[in-house]
Amino acid sequence: MIGMLTLASTADAPGIFLSWGIFSIQLGNLIVIIAMFAIFALALVLPFPGGRRGK
Amino acid sequence: MTDPDQNEVDDTWTGRSRRWLLKVLPPDKLLPNTQPSYVATWIYLFGMGAIASLVFIVASGVILSLNGPMWYHVSSLGHFVNSVHLWSVEFFFFFMVIHMWGKFWMAAWRGHRILTWITGVISFAVSIVAAFTGYLVQTNFDSEWIAFQAKDAINAVGVGAWFNVTNFGQMFMWHILLLPAAVLVIVALHVVLVRAHGVVPPLDADDSDAQLVHQEASDGAIR
Repeated sequence: MIGMLTLASTADAPGIFLSWGIFSIQLGNLIVIIAMFAIFALALVLPFPGGRRGK
Repeated sequence: MTDPDQNEVDDTWTGRSRRWLLKVLPPDKLLPNTQPSYVATWIYLFGMGAIASLVFIVASGVILSLNGPMWYHVSSLGHFVNSVHLWSVEFFFFFMVIHMWGKFWMAAWRGHRILTWITGVISFAVSIVAAFTGYLVQTNFDSEWIAFQAKDAINAVGVGAWFNVTNFGQMFMWHILLLPAAVLVIVALHVVLVRAHGVVPPLDADDSDAQLVHQEASDGAIR
C-alpha cells in the first residue's frame, strides 16, 4: 500500500516548466529536443570509424 | 514429376508471384553483404537505431502483457520492465525524428523512392497514436487526466464515438494488438522498400559514380 501511495505521489509530480510569454515547455521535453539537434549536428560532422569502405 | 523450370508458361498465381518477388527483391538485395561507400557516415545509422528500439519496445511489451498491471505497478522488476518499455519508446522517437530530419534534408524520395518516404511518414504517424494509447493505459491518475483532456479533441474531429479514449478496454486492445501490428507491418514494408531500391545516395554524389549507375539500372528493372 505504501508502494502504491509512493507511486501515486510520483505520478502527480508536475515537473519543471519554462515559460516565455505564451510559450511554455516542460524542461524534460526541452532537453530531449536540444539533444536531438545536438546528435543530428554531430552525426553530420563526426568522422565515421573505419572510413569509406564498401563496394 | 514435372520440373517447374521445364514448363513453357507457368501461369499459376504462385509461379507469377515467385517470379515477381525474385525480380523486385532478389536475395542479394534482400540480404546484402556490402553497402555503398557513402553509407559510411553516422547520419545513415538512425533508422537502424529506431528499429533496434522497436525490438526493445515489443520485447518489453510482451513481458508486461504476460504479467499484467498489478505486477508492473508494484514489483521492482515490474517497475524496471515498465521503465524499459517507456525509455525504448523515448529512444524510438528520438532516433526516428533524427532519421527523418536526415532523410528530409537529403531529399530521400529521389530515385523512385517516394513509397519509401511515404511509408516512413505513415509509420511515424501511427507510432504517435500507438504511444498516445500507451499513455492512456498506464492505469494511474496521469492516464486518467490525459484521457479526459484528449476526449474533447477526439470528439472535435468526429471519431470519439468509435475511438473512445475514456474506454480503457478499447484503448488497451488498440495499444497491445492493433497499433503494434500496424507499426510492425508498415516498418517491415519500409525496410523492404529500402532493400528493393537501395540506400539513397547523398545529394552531392557524382552521377557518374559506378555505384549509382549500377543502382539506377537495377531500379529501372523494378519500376
